[in-house]
Amino acid sequence: MRENPGEEDRNSGQVPKVRAEGFSFFYGKVEALRSLDLSVPENSLLTIMGPTGSGKTTFLKALNRLNDRVQGTHHTGSLLLNGEDVYGKGVDVADLRRRVGMVFALPVPLPMSIYENVAFGPRKQGISSKKRLDEIVEKALVSAAIWDEVKDRLDSSAEKLSGGQQQRLSLARVLAVEPEVILLDEPTSGLDPLSTMKIEELLRVLSRSYTVILVTHNPVQAARVQGEVAFFYMGELVEKGPASSMFVRPKDKRTEDYITGKFG
Amino acid sequence: MSRKEKFAEIALTVVGLTSVAVLALIIFFIFKEGSPALAHVGLGRFVGGTRWSPGKGQFGILPMIVGSFFVTFGALLTGVPLGLGCALYLSEFAPRKTAAVLKPLVEILAGIPSVVFGFIGLTVIVPLIRDHLGGPGFSVLASAIVLGVMILPTMVSISYDALRAVPQVYREGMLAVGANQWQTVTSVVLPAARPGILAAGILSMGRAVGETMAVIMVAGNATIIPVSFLDPVRTLTSNIALEMGYATGLHRQALFATGIVLFVIIGALNILARAFIRSR
Amino acid sequence: MTPSSGSGRVSGLDVARRPERKPGRLGMALVRASAFLTVAVLVFIIGYVLVRGARVLTPRFLLGFPEKMGREGGIYPSIVGTFVLTSLSVAIAAPLGIGTAVFLTEYTSEGLFSRIVRFGTESLAGIPSIIFGLFGFLFFVIRLGMGWSILSGSLTLAAMMLPTIVRTSEESLRSVPDIYRETAYALGASRWQTVTSVVLPSAVPGIVTGVILAMGRAVGETAAVIFTAGSSLRLPGSIFDPVRTLPVHFYILAREGISLENAYGTAAVLIIAVLLVDFAAYYTLHRVSKRRSVTGR
Repeated sequence: MRENPGEEDRNSGQVPKVRAEGFSFFYGKVEALRSLDLSVPENSLLTIMGPTGSGKTTFLKALNRLNDRVQGTHHTGSLLLNGEDVYGKGVDVADLRRRVGMVFALPVPLPMSIYENVAFGPRKQGISSKKRLDEIVEKALVSAAIWDEVKDRLDSSAEKLSGGQQQRLSLARVLAVEPEVILLDEPTSGLDPLSTMKIEELLRVLSRSYTVILVTHNPVQAARVQGEVAFFYMGELVEKGPASSMFVRPKDKRTEDYITGKFG
Repeated sequence: MSRKEKFAEIALTVVGLTSVAVLALIIFFIFKEGSPALAHVGLGRFVGGTRWSPGKGQFGILPMIVGSFFVTFGALLTGVPLGLGCALYLSEFAPRKTAAVLKPLVEILAGIPSVVFGFIGLTVIVPLIRDHLGGPGFSVLASAIVLGVMILPTMVSISYDALRAVPQVYREGMLAVGANQWQTVTSVVLPAARPGILAAGILSMGRAVGETMAVIMVAGNATIIPVSFLDPVRTLTSNIALEMGYATGLHRQALFATGIVLFVIIGALNILARAFIRSR
Repeated sequence: MTPSSGSGRVSGLDVARRPERKPGRLGMALVRASAFLTVAVLVFIIGYVLVRGARVLTPRFLLGFPEKMGREGGIYPSIVGTFVLTSLSVAIAAPLGIGTAVFLTEYTSEGLFSRIVRFGTESLAGIPSIIFGLFGFLFFVIRLGMGWSILSGSLTLAAMMLPTIVRTSEESLRSVPDIYRETAYALGASRWQTVTSVVLPSAVPGIVTGVILAMGRAVGETAAVIFTAGSSLRLPGSIFDPVRTLPVHFYILAREGISLENAYGTAAVLIIAVLLVDFAAYYTLHRVSKRRSVTGR
C-alpha cells in the first residue's frame, strides 16, 4: 500500500478502517470530490467540516454507495474499507451498507412503531426470532441512550417522538445492524442545543467501539466533539489534524477564514 | 434473496408492459376488423360519403363526422366557459372553506354514470327544447347541453390545478401595486395558467368526442348532416353502439372502420394536448 | 375606488371603459354565476333522480327478480352482477396498475423504456369507452371464446381502469419522501424490501383512493360493458355467465321506454352506489391528509 506524504497515520503498521487514495467523484461532469487522500483509523472519531458543496456528503454517500442511486455518476481512484475497495467487483452493496451505517440530517422515523424501526435492519438481514430481535432492539436503544425514554412504549408510532429522540432512534436503528463504521450527515442540524449536546456526547462514547465519521458545517461543533478534524472545501481536503491543534494553529489560510467565520 | 430480487424486477417489468400490450392489442384488433371495410368501400367514399344505409350497401360516415364535430363544438361552447368560470371562482374568489366543500362536489359530477346524464337530458332537456324552440327536441342542442355538463368536472379540475399552480407572489405583486382582485386575475393569473387551461379544453374535447350512451339518448340519431342546431344528429360513437348489436359481415366491419376513424381523431387530439402541455 | 389609490393606472383601459364601476364587477358576477350553476346542476341531477326513484326503492325492488323484461319486479340480478363485475375488474386492474406504478417510480429512471410505458398508459386513458367495448367484444368475447360473460366484461373494464390506477398510484408513490428510501437502503435493505416495507405502506392511502375512484367510474360504465358482459336478466351462477349490470339495465329500460318508473329506481340505486364509493374515497384521502399534517410532512 502506498504511503501518503503529509498524512500522518497514528496507527501506522495497521490497515486503516477507511482510506481514500486519489479518490475523485463525479456527478456527470461536475467533480464533487477531487483526488481525495484520507485515512481514518479504527475506533476513532473523524469530523469532516466544510461549507455547503464542499463534498462532505458525497464522501459519506460514496462510502456506503448510496450514491449508486444517482444517475450518471462515476469515480476514479480508490476508496477502501478494511483495505478493500468498496467499489470493487463482487462487493455485496447491501452487506456494505450494513457495515457502514448512516444517520441523516433530518430525523427519519420510518412509518412504523419504535420497535419495528430498530428491528428493521436485522429483519431485512433475515433475523426473525422474536427473542433475538428483542435483545438486539434493547441493546441498540440502550447504546443510543434512548432506552429509558421509550422502553414503555415500544409499540407506539416512532413519528410521535420529539426531534432529538427521533435522531437517537435513527442512531439506534443503525446500531442494531452492528456496523463497523457510523456515518452521520449533520445529524444535529434540526435539533435544539440540549438534544445536540446529548448526541455529541453519545458520539464520543461510541467512537471507543466504532469508527465514527461526523459531517458538519459548524466549526464550533467540530471543536466540541474533539477527535480528528478534516476541513473540506470545494471538493478538496484542505487540511486534517487533531481538533486541539487545528483550531489553535490552522495551517491553511482557508481553514483559518472558515473557522473564524469569514465565510461558510 | 437475490433471486427473489431478480424475480420481482422481471415480474414488475412484465406488469409495466401491460398497458402498452393492451394498447397494441386494441389497435391491432380494431384495425384488423375494420380495414377490410375501408378497402372495400374505399377510404374516400367511406369518410366522404353522405349516405349511411347498410341495407343498401351504402357506407358513408360524413354525417356522423359532421355530427360529432357539431356536438363536440357545442359541448365546448357550453362547458368550457362554465367550467373555467367555476374554476376561477374556486381558486381565486371563493373563501377557502367554500372551495374546500365545492371542489369535491364538482368531482362527484365526474362519477355520475353517463347514462344518468343522458336520461336527465331525455326527460328534462329534450321536452324543453321541443316545447319552446321547436323541432323534435332530440337535437344537436340537447346533445351539446348534456355533453357540456358532462365535461365540467374535467374542465374544472384541470383548470383549477393550473390556476393554483400560478405562484402566489404573482398575485401579491399585482395587489401590492394597487390592482384589485379581478385585474390581478385577468392580467396575471389567467395568462400564466393559459397552457393548463388549454390542455383542460383539449382533454374535455376528447371526452366529448368519445362519449356514447348519453348522446344516443338525446341526439335523435338520424343519419343526415344537420343544418340547424335543432336537427337530430348521429355521432361516430353512437353509430357504433346503435348498430353493433345486430350488424354482421360488411356492415359490422364498417362499424369497426367507424371505430378506426374515431381512434384517429382521438389520437390526433391527444397528440395536440400533449404538445400544448409540453410547449410552455 | 379612490383615484389616488393608483390602481387605475395598472389597468387603465378597464377603468376608462366603465368609469363609474369597480373594474370586473360583471366578470366577478359571471364567475360566481358559473360556479353556482355548476353546483346547481349537480344538486339537481342527484336530487331529481333520488326523488323520482325513491318511490320505487322497496325491498321487493332491490331483492326481487325482474318480470316482463323489467317492466315489473326488481333488479336483484343486476345488483349482484354489477357488484361481482366491478369487484373482479378491480381485482384484475389493481395489481397490474399498482405494479406498473411501482415499476415506473422505483425500478426505472426516466428513459426510453419508461417513456414507452407512460405513453401506453396515457394513450389508454384517452380511448373512448365504446372502443374498449369493441375491443373487448372482438378479443375476449370472440377470439378467446369467453362469450358474453362477467369475465369478458371485467377484463374489458380492467383495461379501462388501468390508466387511472397507474396515475394515482404513481402520484402517491412519488409523494413518499425519498429520505425513507435512502434510510432503508442505508440499513442494507434491498430494493424489493424497501418498496414493500417502507414505500408501499406510506403510499397505501393514496393508492386506495385512486382504486376506489376508478371503481366508481367502473360501476357506472355502460358502453364497454354492454358488448362484453351481455344483457341477460338472469342471476349469474359463475363468472362465465352473462349479466346485465345496473347501468345497462337502466339504459335499456329508459331507451326502450319499458318502465320509466323502474328506470328512475335503477338510476337511484346506481347514484347511491357511486356516491358511497366516492365518499369512501374522500374519507380515505381525508384521513391521510390529517395524518400527514400531524407529522408535518
